[in-house]
Amino acid sequence: MVKESEISTNERNFILSGLKEGIRLDNRDPEEFRPLKILFGPEHGRCEVRLGGTKVLAKVSCEVTRPYIDRSSEGILILNTELSPMAFPGLDSGRPSDEEILVSRILEKALKRNHAIDLEGLCIIREKKVWTIRVDVHFLDNDGNIIDAACIAAISALSHFRRPDVTVTGDDNITIHSFEQRNPIPLTIHHTPICVTFAFFENGDLWVVDPCLQEEQIRQGDMTITINENNEICVLSKAGGVPLSMDQIVQCSKIATSKVELITEQIRKALAAN
Amino acid sequence: MKIDGNVEPIRVVLPGEPVLMETVSGNLGLGPGLSRAEDSIVCTKAGVLMKKKDSWFVESDEKRYIPVRGENVVGKVTGRMAEYYRVDIGSAHLAILSFLAIAGATKKNRLDLNIGDLVYARISSASRDIEPELECTDYEGKSKEYGKLKDGFLLKCSLRYCRRLMSPESPIWKLLRERINLEVAIGSNGRVWFNSGTTRHTILTYNAIKRSETMTDEECETMVSKELDF
Repeated sequence: MVKESEISTNERNFILSGLKEGIRLDNRDPEEFRPLKILFGPEHGRCEVRLGGTKVLAKVSCEVTRPYIDRSSEGILILNTELSPMAFPGLDSGRPSDEEILVSRILEKALKRNHAIDLEGLCIIREKKVWTIRVDVHFLDNDGNIIDAACIAAISALSHFRRPDVTVTGDDNITIHSFEQRNPIPLTIHHTPICVTFAFFENGDLWVVDPCLQEEQIRQGDMTITINENNEICVLSKAGGVPLSMDQIVQCSKIATSKVELITEQIRKALAAN
Repeated sequence: MKIDGNVEPIRVVLPGEPVLMETVSGNLGLGPGLSRAEDSIVCTKAGVLMKKKDSWFVESDEKRYIPVRGENVVGKVTGRMAEYYRVDIGSAHLAILSFLAIAGATKKNRLDLNIGDLVYARISSASRDIEPELECTDYEGKSKEYGKLKDGFLLKCSLRYCRRLMSPESPIWKLLRERINLEVAIGSNGRVWFNSGTTRHTILTYNAIKRSETMTDEECETMVSKELDF
């Protein structure tokens, strides 16, 4: 199979000349997100996010397992992001691509390292039984900016998820109650980190928010800022690319803050509607 | 967008489904997506069963191009070898464009193409076992409109939509051409190149073509006039 090769010179020059005039391919402003759609269901913990042409599906599941020895009173959160050839035709099968590693690392930093989910509340019996929460993120279609879409999908799915109630009966015995017997319990979410990705062109002179696939292919650098609803910067990730000035980073983080407010509001509304 | 008036959609079919044509008598032509299995006719891909007079075929939203001799394609140069260029035309294998298959080229004087350039070419040989070969000349050896495409922008779409855009009855081009000065090259491989001279008009064309796939003629007209008529 032919590997997805680089973008053609014609497209590259055209997109750049458009950006210089301040016009993007889909007539967006440089600091405008594509239309975002968040769909839940049919069951708890399943969320599909559409960001323009990018489609991501996140599914949360849980099971009772043994805790890690060094964290005996904490539940476990597993994030699984796998890029499939369905959305990435040029993918080298077998070995994870750089893009895949980057996506999973950023998600891991945003959700796990920032303690977005309360893990201590997932402990059932210390050193013996805890809940393992697993988030599977599937990429259904790629039209650029999969990081932001994956982050929104993962945090929305976690907010939507309900685990069954459990009671400890005797020493090591537990009873897991079905949803009919007892009301299912939502996860305790400390805060909702949201990623906002910027792409830079022309040695950093031009930049856009939420790059589409073609813009991603010609960018010279990118930066992902993760901010939560309390306007705290959780992660700032800049993996290579053109160097940026301090002012630019401050400016980008200000823009990211306003975007995060809008997205958090949209997630909240979508959750309330379900 | 409206389809060719002679083509009649019948129903949605799935691969392996026997397509019963008891009502049909006499000769019938089987197009892509249909094949004969013993006494019945079986569908080999998912799509919409279409009928055009006595010919039947299945149309689907596929994007992978299967080269056919004589078809025009828009390709991207991906490599330069000793005697030929390698061109990506969206098929399973890269196509070959010989230095001498470009009109006006001789051993000494050849048209220079760089990696990343777009070319409009004709498929001169296509077989399932060897790489497809391209030619930038017509049957008489003249260049006509073939060759390197300068500037402009490229739209990738499904093969079905691409065929529809090639139809002279396609309304979107008519609507756009009334208002914009457009240069267009449509390849059968799901790639459409166009250039209007200004960034704004080219982006407008890009979005208009992309969106018109699922629009009726009236909606196309409203969209184009909303964007362009003041």
